[in-house]
Amino acid sequence: MKIILNIQRFNPDTDTGPYFQEYGVEADPNERLLDALMRIKRFQDGSLGFRKSCAHGVCGSDAMRINGRDGLACKTLVKDVVEKEGETITVEPLRYLPVQRDLIVDQKPFFTKYRFIKPYLINDEEVEGKERLQSPEERMVFDDTTNCILCAACYSACPVLGEKRGFVGPAAIAQAFRFIADSRDRGRDERLQLLDNKTGVWPCQNHFKCTEACPRSILITKRINQTKELIKKHQR
Amino acid sequence: MIRSTPELEIDILHSRGAKGGSLSTAQNIHQKEIHVIYQFDTVIVGSGGAGLYAALEAGQKSKTAVLSKLYPIRSHTGAAQGGISAALGNVEEDKAEWHAFDTVKGGDYLVDQQAVRILAEEAIQAVYDLENRGLPFNRTPDGRIDQRRFGGHTRNFGEGPVRRACYAADRTGHMILQTLYQQCIKHNVAFFDEYQVIDLLLHGSTCNGVVVVELATGEIHTFVAKAVLFATGGFGRMFRITSNAYASTGDGPAVCARRGIPLEDMEFFQFHPTGIMGLGILITEAVRGEGGVLRNRDGERFMERYSPTLLDLAPRDIVSRAIITELRAGKGIRGDGKIDDYLHLDATGLGKEVLQSKLPDISSFCQTYLGIDPAASPIPVLPTAHYAMGGIPTDVHGRVLGDAKGTIVDGLYAAGECACISVHGANRLGTNSLLDLVVFGRRAGRHIADYVRQADLVMPGKDAADEARARIARLTDGGTGPHGGEITDEMQIVMMEKVGIYRNENDMRAAIAAIQALRERYQHVRVQDTGKSFNTDLLELIELGNMLDLCLVTATSAVARQESRGAHSREDFPDRDDGAWLKHTLAFLEQDAVRLDYKEVDTSIWKPKPRTY
Ligand SMILES: Cc1cc2nc3c(=O)[nH]c(=O)nc-3n(C[C@H](O)[C@H](O)[C@H](O)COP(=O)(O)OP(=O)(O)OC[C@H]3O[C@@H](n4cnc5c(N)ncnc54)[C@H](O)[C@@H]3O)c2cc1C
Ligand code: SF4
Ligand code: FES
Repeated sequence: MKIILNIQRFNPDTDTGPYFQEYGVEADPNERLLDALMRIKRFQDGSLGFRKSCAHGVCGSDAMRINGRDGLACKTLVKDVVEKEGETITVEPLRYLPVQRDLIVDQKPFFTKYRFIKPYLINDEEVEGKERLQSPEERMVFDDTTNCILCAACYSACPVLGEKRGFVGPAAIAQAFRFIADSRDRGRDERLQLLDNKTGVWPCQNHFKCTEACPRSILITKRINQTKELIKKHQR
Repeated sequence: MIRSTPELEIDILHSRGAKGGSLSTAQNIHQKEIHVIYQFDTVIVGSGGAGLYAALEAGQKSKTAVLSKLYPIRSHTGAAQGGISAALGNVEEDKAEWHAFDTVKGGDYLVDQQAVRILAEEAIQAVYDLENRGLPFNRTPDGRIDQRRFGGHTRNFGEGPVRRACYAADRTGHMILQTLYQQCIKHNVAFFDEYQVIDLLLHGSTCNGVVVVELATGEIHTFVAKAVLFATGGFGRMFRITSNAYASTGDGPAVCARRGIPLEDMEFFQFHPTGIMGLGILITEAVRGEGGVLRNRDGERFMERYSPTLLDLAPRDIVSRAIITELRAGKGIRGDGKIDDYLHLDATGLGKEVLQSKLPDISSFCQTYLGIDPAASPIPVLPTAHYAMGGIPTDVHGRVLGDAKGTIVDGLYAAGECACISVHGANRLGTNSLLDLVVFGRRAGRHIADYVRQADLVMPGKDAADEARARIARLTDGGTGPHGGEITDEMQIVMMEKVGIYRNENDMRAAIAAIQALRERYQHVRVQDTGKSFNTDLLELIELGNMLDLCLVTATSAVARQESRGAHSREDFPDRDDGAWLKHTLAFLEQDAVRLDYKEVDTSIWKPKPRTY
């Protein structure tokens, strides 16, 4: 079928601001939106800028706004958008991150916030040449959060970030929870302290937009609320 | 009580991650470009499992930079699903020796056996180390790392399948990549994200740096270093249908080959039996490890006829050939005997709970891309180009070997899928690649840390980046020429059809001619994007050039090898021929020609035997 992609363009070398450009492209309904973007790039306009790598939803490269919803182009089938919303698809870069070119945004602020919550196991206790024990039940407590591919779809979907750009954001909190809830980790208090303030967990107002956007089915809002509870329990 | 609550500093959001390196700039008057020269002890190219592990080791003792064309966390290691092998013996008896033997036999004896001994023995500590660093492995009821079956891994030298694969659901690679990246954050490793290496600098036979394009600015930089490690991953994008990422374009091997480094055993490219039909997205062997079976149009479990002992868990080369044989015999689901017919991977017997807890991503891929629930319907599958056994030749410390005599190229290292040690021989066993990354990434990192302490830095000349600059100037000179899209398509189709699972002389000769013609056309390609910032068009064209070079090397190595071994199956030479061909290929790319040389295989532990399962 023929679809039209209405894509936000911006080249910092030549453009004063972003604008939209329409591309007509043949696409199979079962194809990924990424396939259509690749066809444009390879056969119509090599100057179209976007990131991609794995092409099946596991690397986090191609999060973008598709008809106003944040998601991965490689996990969005053409038919799923077209059947509901018609053959013109609007594609924009993620929100709240500086646009560097076309659909490419600067991910540094997002990663800086990720790094801020100490996203690594904290545990200095000796282990004697073997694994630390952990029961399947203990592992299940944080299982979904280990799915995160740091795509930033949730970040762009979060209404709070529109008003409070300093907010650490959903992914970083979910990742803080990933370690706090890991029975092997000993960094709970330092992470809770990092998040107990006006850029930490408290700006979250449970809009659930992050949870809806997450292509990896992480229960982000629930994990944020659990983190709030942990702060109340251990920090107050 | 006043408590200091650290808040996120927004200023640091825009700081650059280039700490640790010294930096100088030289104005290149002719081209009016800023040429930045960075200086480090160690430069690691690639941030998948191999690169990150090496960075962790080398970074503790030397000034280290990690250059990656992707953000580290986007590397294709993150796509690995099924597991990482180690004879922990957590759920049943297992031995490193059995693991080593399986790997040798799986690789059809084209495996260097002392290297494999190291792989299997160090596997155990490597997996514990990953766990200690935080990797959330699935667990047994008593809290140990759980293990499952995988193709070609057996107990007691082939008696039957053994549970050797340690796993984190079906996202084991994702968890390895995350864990190593997290450790790099903890240890303050310096990353240069979206820096694409386009050339290697050699001073005589000593490596002293790389030339890089920075995606954000389009500037060309030189990184001077005492040691450079290539960990650039695979090159499945040579083929039409592949499980590999867009970024899997073999840049490291191609760059090395153009600088006179040989490439080893490039004719051995693994096709994984179960890619999603038409898309190539991988359905992990763990599905069969957990009990899934392959069926033809009659519902028959046809692997019974091909591998009576291991059945669906035979090594991948064997299963892929069995699938093609079934299709050709009209036993595909459509039954038309065509090569794009397909078979069924039946996971309906596993039950919802196993699929949920052990294979959730697979279930989600099936939902998303096929609209089916694997608990209820079989998965339509076909082989998909998956893994490069060949690559840059190295020793067990990751040092690159420049010829058949084993002469070491000082300061140059390789690890991971782009390297060939060779622990995978003619066919890699599932779960052995992630293991290879960790064991040999770590060994290379350690060796580098020692090496740079005593090595001198050789500053490259002013003209070091000139060749790379000239290549880019040609692609961007504003001239008109073909775009890369068609060339890419044609290359991938030729390789898929003529240098795929079954091969013969005529097809491969035709492929070589076609690749040569495409390389000729490539000399005229031009970018459509004439900008500098974020010119992904330019970088993709450079990647295409790399793949074309590797296609030529692959097809030339393949046509020369007149036998069938592991993943290299010749219709015109159906048998293994140890007398003539128990040797590694070394291919030297010399402009438009490929010169072949050969070197011995280390068979010091097990004498080659016929390979049956
Ligand atoms: C779908 C899939 C599933 C798999 N499952 C398993 C499994 O279950 N078990 C197993 O053992 N193996 C598995 N494998 C194989 C294994 O995952 C890979 O072989 C391995 O991850 C490769 O790791 P690497 O570190 O060598 O390279 P990669 O992880 O591919 O990383 C390459 C790195 O190099 C960088 N790079 C490339 N070119 C350049 C350049 N020019 N300049 C700068 N940087 C560059 C990239 O940015 C990237 O960071 C699987 C492979 C696939 C595709
Ligand atoms: S939590 Fe989900 S949406 Fe957010 S970065 Fe991680 S994977 Fe992406
Ligand atoms: S390209 Fe990797 S997530 Fe879409």
